Amino acid sequence: MSNNATTEEIEVRTFQFKASDADLADLRRRIAATRWPEKETVKFPEKDTLSVPSQGVPLATMQELARYWEKDYDWRKFEAKLNALPNFITEIDGLDIHFIHVRSKHENALPLIVTHGWPGSIAELLKIIDPLTNPTAHGGSAADAFHLVIPSLPGYGFSGKPTTAGWNPDRIARAWVELMKGLGYEKFAAQGGDWGAIISEFMAVQAPPELIGIHTNMACTLTPEVLKALAPGAPAPSGLSAEESRAVEQLALFNAKGLGYSFEMTLRPQTLYGLADSPIALAAWMLDHDVRSLEMIVRSFAGKPEGLTRDDVLDNITLTWLTNTGVSSARLYWEWKGAPFFNSWGVKIPVAVSAFPDEIYQAPRSWAEKAYPKLIHYNRPDKGGHFAAWEQPELLVKELRSAFKSLR
Amino acid sequence: MGTRKPSRLPRLLTLSAAIILLSAGLAWILTTQAAAKPPSSATSSESKAKIRKVAMSTDSADIEIRPFRINVPEADLVDLRRRIAATRWPDKETVNDQSQGVQLAKIQDLAKYWGAGYDWRKCEGKLNALPQFTTNIDGLDIHFIHVRSRHPGAMPLIITHGWPGSILEIVKAIGPLTDPTAHGGRAEDAFNVVIPSMPGYGFSERPQDTGWGPDHIGRAWHELMGRLGYTRYVAQGGDWGSVISDAMGRQAPPGLLGIHVNMPAAVPGYLMKGILAGDAAPAGLSAKEKAAYEQMSVFFAKNGAYGSLMATRPQTLGYGLADSPVGLAAFHYDKFNQWTFSGGDAEKSLTKDEMLDDISVYWLTNTAVSSARLYWENNNNNFSAETQKTNEIKVPVGVTIFPGEIYRAPKSWVEKAYPTLTYFNEVDKGGHFAAWEEPELFAKELRAAFKPLR
Repeated sequence: MSNNATTEEIEVRTFQFKASDADLADLRRRIAATRWPEKETVKFPEKDTLSVPSQGVPLATMQELARYWEKDYDWRKFEAKLNALPNFITEIDGLDIHFIHVRSKHENALPLIVTHGWPGSIAELLKIIDPLTNPTAHGGSAADAFHLVIPSLPGYGFSGKPTTAGWNPDRIARAWVELMKGLGYEKFAAQGGDWGAIISEFMAVQAPPELIGIHTNMACTLTPEVLKALAPGAPAPSGLSAEESRAVEQLALFNAKGLGYSFEMTLRPQTLYGLADSPIALAAWMLDHDVRSLEMIVRSFAGKPEGLTRDDVLDNITLTWLTNTGVSSARLYWEWKGAPFFNSWGVKIPVAVSAFPDEIYQAPRSWAEKAYPKLIHYNRPDKGGHFAAWEQPELLVKELRSAFKSLR
Repeated sequence: MGTRKPSRLPRLLTLSAAIILLSAGLAWILTTQAAAKPPSSATSSESKAKIRKVAMSTDSADIEIRPFRINVPEADLVDLRRRIAATRWPDKETVNDQSQGVQLAKIQDLAKYWGAGYDWRKCEGKLNALPQFTTNIDGLDIHFIHVRSRHPGAMPLIITHGWPGSILEIVKAIGPLTDPTAHGGRAEDAFNVVIPSMPGYGFSERPQDTGWGPDHIGRAWHELMGRLGYTRYVAQGGDWGSVISDAMGRQAPPGLLGIHVNMPAAVPGYLMKGILAGDAAPAGLSAKEKAAYEQMSVFFAKNGAYGSLMATRPQTLGYGLADSPVGLAAFHYDKFNQWTFSGGDAEKSLTKDEMLDDISVYWLTNTAVSSARLYWENNNNNFSAETQKTNEIKVPVGVTIFPGEIYRAPKSWVEKAYPTLTYFNEVDKGGHFAAWEEPELFAKELRAAFKPLR
């Protein structure tokens, strides 16, 4: 075993990011010059459901976000945090791929590639780096240690923007395997949520011999039978467990009210010119991913932070603004061509699942068992949503330690 | 327009909308009885005087009709040009066609002209040369153009625009409709034309509350026609205008003689289920039915995203449409390219000036979000006969199928969907924006469709 491999077989160059003062000044100028629409005509619901109307991100939240972003927010703080980490760029399959690579001091640490999603970035994942690589400082033991690789997806953040079509999750998954092998890892695991979950599943479907297992916090457990039962017009499934009923309810809400943004990015990513031109357009678009995280962020900007702080939210949005990747990141949906997000892909290798309660749907154990014949871990943490690593880093770290224990 | 399917309308929403509609209905009964006036060839100032008198005598609702002129502050035009010049662009699409949306080179070309060559004042002058008014209906100031024909006995006609259109879609048809003898028609073809801006669109007021869906707008239009003294009239529309005209046909208020639509809701309910599920066309359809089925399938699978976005998250989308002129322009230009009878190149059907006039109306009135909200108000399938309850329409219906429409409804479907169909024709040019693209042909169709109702 060569977990501790140090020989890199690919050419990597170190990377630091420094936004120009002019870009930051331009950003503030644009925020200050925002032309606002009028207020929504319904009150933003505390909890969006099928029977409660919502029109999206409320004006009051956006105006408070704009005020804070322009006057108080400090990009340089986040930039320094980022630059304090070992950042690299390497070319894979013709594209510059940016990644953070933190090796644990512990021998036999398990190499793990963690992939972010949309509307996230590597900013989602920074909080878990130290606990995973340096467990003894965070309530763990040396045997819990990971070597971490955290790439930026093609078209996201500091990775290159594809100029031709074809960078779909399957191709990204192949690139990740190449990246890990290129870094000298002959045995590794993969983890992700959102697109990161789908890419990890694709890696698992490709099943290169080096990949020992994956962990997902957005499990793809909809087998053909489940999908059929949930199809529009099908009779309401009977005999569901409480876990299953909850998931069905969550999926119904997502299908009825939560897919507009993804449908637009699937069919018309390029038409979203506002994401490149208007910081407030970009921010609103990125806030409105799923109902539970939007509600959390609205509370956060109303002075009740939980999970994500205002700075967390703006670090991620500012990173996307400064790299002008609103449209290039949306294109991943176009590449996905409208395939269902939660389909079971027939993974045969070991899979660990953490089903957070406020995820788009909390995958029931029964579905996970059917979707993953080698389910090595299943747990339902008691809080957290779509952005597990970002909202509940301690819980996710605990999950990852326990999930991969049997594979070390 | 045309939205992705809603599986369930939020119950709370339906309830509150029903309450609002109920009270709107009461207001409608109260005001129309007071304002009913015989049609006459009175000049607009004469009819205005009469209506003022009525307003004074009822001492309840304000039903006054006020003249209206557009005068955009110079500062707004300067700000618009400044924003266009300061546009930050994304990188180019990764394909060599329109499959990712409006191509960078095309929108940059349009934006360049908008920022440097385009003259809003020309459009403003053209609109201000027309008789424009506002009147308050159900608490909302409604803007409309009202052009009376010089021919006595002209038929009153209310034409409703759609999204991403505006009254500008319709103005080219005003001449042929009101002055037929100058446009190849006869005096007895003449119409008196009323062209309102929908609530939340253009120069009409933006609703501050929910409830302004097609039914409510339909009732408001009847109220408007009553205030103008029209007791016998017809209604026409494409896009949302079709949905609203259908709604009026269902309501069948006294005096509505008939409707004409150029985007009928004719898809049979059982077929719409298959279309939304992505099923291939079932066996047994005629060639025209199969083609229409496939056009609908492509629409819902490949072109319907804007609709589901506006139907579910108008506010979230709206921040960029309100703040970025190019963001707004691209959202509309996408549809002009797709829906004109131009093979995907809108400039073959509409001039840059025409498209930018329309886009500028949205920008200068900051109504992108309020217009998008109509989809939220009516998260419904606007092509389905079943959803639009076309079989409940009680007045005569005329339908014209333009070849570039989102789908070409076959006669067999239209006849079933509209039991009171009295006119059906297929023409050989024009698209979704029929009145805008082919005003003369559009006027000819209306003359033919409404002739038996005069």
